[in-house]
Amino acid sequence: MSVSIFILIIGMGIATYLPRMLPFLLFKDGGLPPFWMRVLENIPYATLGALIFPGVLYIQENIWIGLVGGVSAMVISLLGANVIIVVLGSIAVLTGLSLYM
Amino acid sequence: MQGAQVGYVKSSDFMSGLKAGVSIAIGYFPIAVTFGLLSKSSGLTLAETISMSLIVYAGAAQYIALNLLSLGIGVAEIILATFILNSRHFLMSASIQARSAKDPLWKKMIYAFGITDETFSVASLKSGKITAGFMFGLGGIAYGSWAFSTLLGYLFGASLPDVLKESMGIALYAMFIALLMPALSKSRKILSLALSGAGFNFLFTYFGLLSTGWSLITSALLAAVGVEWLDGKRKGEKAA
Repeated sequence: MSVSIFILIIGMGIATYLPRMLPFLLFKDGGLPPFWMRVLENIPYATLGALIFPGVLYIQENIWIGLVGGVSAMVISLLGANVIIVVLGSIAVLTGLSLYM
Repeated sequence: MQGAQVGYVKSSDFMSGLKAGVSIAIGYFPIAVTFGLLSKSSGLTLAETISMSLIVYAGAAQYIALNLLSLGIGVAEIILATFILNSRHFLMSASIQARSAKDPLWKKMIYAFGITDETFSVASLKSGKITAGFMFGLGGIAYGSWAFSTLLGYLFGASLPDVLKESMGIALYAMFIALLMPALSKSRKILSLALSGAGFNFLFTYFGLLSTGWSLITSALLAAVGVEWLDGKRKGEKAA
């Protein structure tokens, strides 16, 4: 392993671990005012929205493929399937689609 | 007796974490395989490629590192780019910490390593306190898949059918959607959070105002604070 790649990997590792670890050190149990605790409880839903959109459109060059995949996942999920079925079902839909295209 | 009971509870948490992580493991497969393949074609050795997945463990940052390396960008700048991209996990860890069970700090410091967009999403949408056992199971299966798929990609990536690799690109988005959909029907507040998070992120990235990492963190914060503030105002008006 070359020295510069080694330094790069260690540096990237630290740069990634620090933000993941610091909140556990800084925010000891219940140390925040109620408003900010509620904001933290809101974060997952806001983050999920932002993680899904618009990223889902860009899984392939043709944005319609991402759209079809996303809508398939919504429909399968609305039918009450669990997460793994939704994941496998959406992969199956897109595999089928690409075989016909 | 009490000790045995505690041990039992922990191992069942671990198992439910493992189960909850199966869809992440599936979703990481195509991304890590592609990373292994790209890394090989960028001229990195097998040891360097695997070390990056084991030590850095951050999908987007690893891709960007390959790209910047091939452009001849310096080590310090790549590390800075990694930090900027991954600072969004600060918010996610803070949110996990707010809902975490009373586990010793050293255990939290270990599972913190495994907090990614995906493990965060799965952990924070489950009900109840987030225990170290659950996070070890969840993080373990995701990390294992990431490392193993990187290895497979480096060794055999070129021989995998493109159709499968391409259609598997939907996996993690399908997982995010499957996590979010049941929650959306629970309250209008959750719907507003998801829609405004998505809306902000679209605006920031579409108009090129912010890079991906900053856009995610800014959108999530704006949506979470904005909706909470409006919610507080609405409740205040009702009370008055």
